[in-house]
Amino acid sequence: MKNKVLNKIKNMSGWTDLIYSLFAIVVAFIIGAILIKISGYSVKTAYTTLFNGAFGNTYNFTQTLVKTIPLIFTGLAVAIGFQSGLLNIGAEGQLYWGAFATTIIILIFPGLPALILIPIGIIAGALAGGAWAAVPGYLKAKTGAHEVVTTIMFNYIATLGTTFLIKNYFKAAGPVDQTAKIPEKARLPELMANTGLSWAIFVGIATVIVISYLLNRTSLGYDIKAVGENASAAEYGGINSKRITVITMAISGAVAGLAGSMIVMGVLHRFITNFSPGYGFTGIAVAVMGKNRPWGVLLAALLFGALEAGGMSMQLFAKIPKDLMTVVQGLVILFVAAPSLYNIITGSKDTKEVEV
Amino acid sequence: MDAVKMKNIIKKFGEVVANDKVDLSVKKGEIHSILGENGAGKSTLMKILFGLYTRDNGEIYINEKKVDINSPSTAINLGIGMIHQHFMLVNRLSVTENIIAGQEPIVNNIFINKKAARKDVKDLAERYNFKINPKAKIEDLSVGEQQRVEILKALYRDAEILILDEPTAVLTPQEVEEFFEVLNTLKEAGKTIIFITHKLEETMEISDNITILRDGKKIADLKTEETDSNELARMMVGHEIDFSVDKKEMQSGKDVLGLEGINAYNERSFLNLKNINFKVGEGEILGVAGVEGNGQLELEEIIMGLMNFESGKIYFKDKDISHYSTSKRRQLGIAHIPSDRLKRGMIKGFNLGENIILGSEWQKPFAENGILNKDRIFKYSDKIIKDFDIRTTGSRSSASDLSGGNQQKLVLGRELSREPELLVVAQPTRGVDVGAREFIHDLLLEMRSEGKAILLISSELDEITKLSDRILVLYEGKIVANDKADKFTREELGLLMAGHEGEDIDEKQSTK
Amino acid sequence: MNAVIDTIFSLNTLASAVRLAVPIALASVGGTFSERSGIINIGLEGMILSGAFAGALGTFITGNPWLGLIFAMFAGGVLAAIFAVFTIDLKANHVVAGVGVNILASGATAWLMQVIWNRRGTSPGVKGLPEWGIPFIKDIPLVGPLLGKQSPLVYIMLAVVISSWILLFKTPLGLRIRMTGEHPEAADTLGINIRKIKYFSVITSGVLSGMGGAYLSLGHLNRFSSGMSAGRGYMALAANIFGQWNPLGGLGASFLFSYTDALQMRLQSLNLGIANEIIQMFPYIITVVVIAGAVIRSRPPEALGEHYDFKK
Repeated sequence: MKNKVLNKIKNMSGWTDLIYSLFAIVVAFIIGAILIKISGYSVKTAYTTLFNGAFGNTYNFTQTLVKTIPLIFTGLAVAIGFQSGLLNIGAEGQLYWGAFATTIIILIFPGLPALILIPIGIIAGALAGGAWAAVPGYLKAKTGAHEVVTTIMFNYIATLGTTFLIKNYFKAAGPVDQTAKIPEKARLPELMANTGLSWAIFVGIATVIVISYLLNRTSLGYDIKAVGENASAAEYGGINSKRITVITMAISGAVAGLAGSMIVMGVLHRFITNFSPGYGFTGIAVAVMGKNRPWGVLLAALLFGALEAGGMSMQLFAKIPKDLMTVVQGLVILFVAAPSLYNIITGSKDTKEVEV
Repeated sequence: MDAVKMKNIIKKFGEVVANDKVDLSVKKGEIHSILGENGAGKSTLMKILFGLYTRDNGEIYINEKKVDINSPSTAINLGIGMIHQHFMLVNRLSVTENIIAGQEPIVNNIFINKKAARKDVKDLAERYNFKINPKAKIEDLSVGEQQRVEILKALYRDAEILILDEPTAVLTPQEVEEFFEVLNTLKEAGKTIIFITHKLEETMEISDNITILRDGKKIADLKTEETDSNELARMMVGHEIDFSVDKKEMQSGKDVLGLEGINAYNERSFLNLKNINFKVGEGEILGVAGVEGNGQLELEEIIMGLMNFESGKIYFKDKDISHYSTSKRRQLGIAHIPSDRLKRGMIKGFNLGENIILGSEWQKPFAENGILNKDRIFKYSDKIIKDFDIRTTGSRSSASDLSGGNQQKLVLGRELSREPELLVVAQPTRGVDVGAREFIHDLLLEMRSEGKAILLISSELDEITKLSDRILVLYEGKIVANDKADKFTREELGLLMAGHEGEDIDEKQSTK
Repeated sequence: MNAVIDTIFSLNTLASAVRLAVPIALASVGGTFSERSGIINIGLEGMILSGAFAGALGTFITGNPWLGLIFAMFAGGVLAAIFAVFTIDLKANHVVAGVGVNILASGATAWLMQVIWNRRGTSPGVKGLPEWGIPFIKDIPLVGPLLGKQSPLVYIMLAVVISSWILLFKTPLGLRIRMTGEHPEAADTLGINIRKIKYFSVITSGVLSGMGGAYLSLGHLNRFSSGMSAGRGYMALAANIFGQWNPLGGLGASFLFSYTDALQMRLQSLNLGIANEIIQMFPYIITVVVIAGAVIRSRPPEALGEHYDFKK
């Protein structure tokens, strides 16, 4: 009886994916250890400060969660795109517009009560991000322009554009290029004082639930996945794959826009130019690691959030530049994208091509 | 002496044993046929001989010397050439480039000597009586011409042993005759020819010796002059085949599908559909005969709304559906069994349940207001798996685990269970074993007696003649004949498929 | 307004555009090789960046920018080799692996900068490649300022573009590369070693991109600056598509991008009343316009992006 259950679990593709992903992390960390050793540092110190920095005490754990939150959104955004065969590398630009829209609409209507202001802020962020992604989506549908190139170009245009608008129209007094702070009632309540950890985490988990439901239990989700698996067959079945491309990009962008909203409403409480340390790009690693599944993305986001928080600690205490964690990120993406490696090393014959 | 001897060849792909201790002996200078059903292991065996696959066990002897063939280069060096069923030709490159790649004549140690290359190709073609333009791009050539380029590729590399994989699959009956003449020319030049096929008549006509494979095993070696089609059929399949068919006489009713003056241009294949006019009525099977590549794909896709057309109209029961979306057409009651079932007909990454509701995922009972009802989906799917005898572990298993015949049954199950009024079915039994083939033919005839209209597109002439009430012949995008099935002889159909004129189509068209 | 028109047509701008075309054009030709053999290479950006870093590092260590150039080509090649293993033998999705390579390069260059020089942001200054004045040509009016006195990498770039074109369309290796990208099975059945061809093409793309990166740190600035590739690898991708997978076309397209780059730099200094950020957007907007227009008519190699099963 127990074996039957175990076998059933093993045969669920989620299980194999988890193993592949864990395997990738382990290999990436081994390579990271080699690099640490080569640069003359102690691997033990490095990895212990890394771990402590992420999970060592309550405060550190809150910081891990704070860093996790934007990654949940950008990871989901990229994952949604991947499920439809689209590579949304533009989450970075989409989150900037999301943050911008949220900030501005709150600043324009400071008089509204919190019960309206907060939802409006969130919706504005989602709409802005969605619109910014829908354009490359439309270009892909209409002209076939590869979304990798267009979304990347749009990232540059977004950072330049938001900087321009802030500097010239919404700048608060002072030397820094930033807006004024949003009123207290528009901020997401803190979960723990002076940590930056807010209700944004619940919004994140709620989004995971919604997206999971969308992808797995709705007809639209069916269409999105069908186009990603086999666009020709989807068309044969009557699905308008061009329409789905635009819709998927819009949803993806909306979720990325929410990342920006959450940062503004939960942590920064204002828009500061160039505030993102690359959440949009890390989101790609998160999506790939999470095998494009919403709950997998949640776990992967936690992992990368821990790497971010722990990385800062590692830099502070063990003097190891946190850019090393970016290297690990890149390695993780490479390894996760190549499941054949796992097969080669373990000698297993299952060459199911895992499409990322 | 034996040009080729293969002893005790074993080849496995995972659990499947494609070649199970197969022996083969081919004498120098003979034409040897390897006969068997789809999936018998013929292609696998020859790909081992040509070095595309590596054998798991067994020995190979070329000209009575033991050899190890691990790659096509080795095979080529041993004088073996292979002409594949799906041509290994690069569309965008020229005839010459395709032929010389890998063994290019060089000038100044760096550059390809284009002039010398073209001359070599021309001389070679003339030696075997092939008419070919060395500068032409492959995509501009006809199928028969492309096949000749493939043969030239092998001859350019001094192949003495030629392997041909289902060479007549893409040829009209007349082109097949021309092809046989080519084979005889090659035989006279001393070449040894091995010919993979599932066609009995051709085997009887051209080969000297026959080896029969079934389910991965070698069943028999026969001298052609000592056997006949019936014996071959029996050995190929393992039991008697009933070639007759019980087809009720049907009175066809109202028109269900009508095409009027359809003109279209497919930029991918450069094919023009010209002035297509025909009707299909209730309880009628209209067979579209023709060698693949003469407009069948375009016809299929235009009717389903997957391809645009320039002018003309499409009618479904008096409604003009010319501009309806694919989705709308399906909802009206048109079902489609596509010619490319892997590309169009199913989604490998989805499970069976999900595949079975493809196209219906927004409709009741499978979904309400855009929310899927998984219970109902799997229940429905289970029923179809049972009704259509699809061999699988269940509705939740992945469609990629299905064999070719079962994939086709999945597509049929999905489409037929929607109770369509019009069925557009293309190449229904391609890559499907004999048992499933009979099942599918019976299904189509059953739908016909229930009053459904069926447009049957097939390059298998036997299938067309067996099932159709009326036959239409497509040649280079035009309808060159349209009449009751019993008005044609097989020879006439063959001629029409090759573009030879019978009478003018207007004269032959009976009133409908 | 006159100032703007003058700037648009000035020889100064054009000469600058020729220079700035170097990294994009070299990476674009690299992309051509890779894609002609069937491998989509999004990692050009990371390969340029690694080349820029290694070029600065090599020059710093040896004091000789020419050796630095060799370092750059080597770094690009190594990164490409890693990418090749993942995409060719390990069957990774090309685009995802490319993104991974870019992130890897971005992290590695920043990390190494701290480990080696204890610096964040920019490396120490290094000796750059000297300009070459071509006698005779540099004195011809019009052509002179454009081509007569430029960084040696400009001349190397032109030589690379022309010899790549010859290689791809006139030599056996080129024919085999093209066949591999259009129909690998056909090439395989002719006994062509497609694995070697793919590796060669991908590593070449890395070497060339690395060379392009060297221009950034040894020709444009005389140091490595974090993230200095600034999207040029993606422009190179677009240039390759726009140039229809032909080195000569890629050069033309690269020049278009570099021209808008040169233009925006000069327009900024004119104090036109348009914000700098808006002007800086030009190259990126042009890239989008180009790629949206170019793809409609483009015909990539038929087997681009596919994996080939080598062992059977």
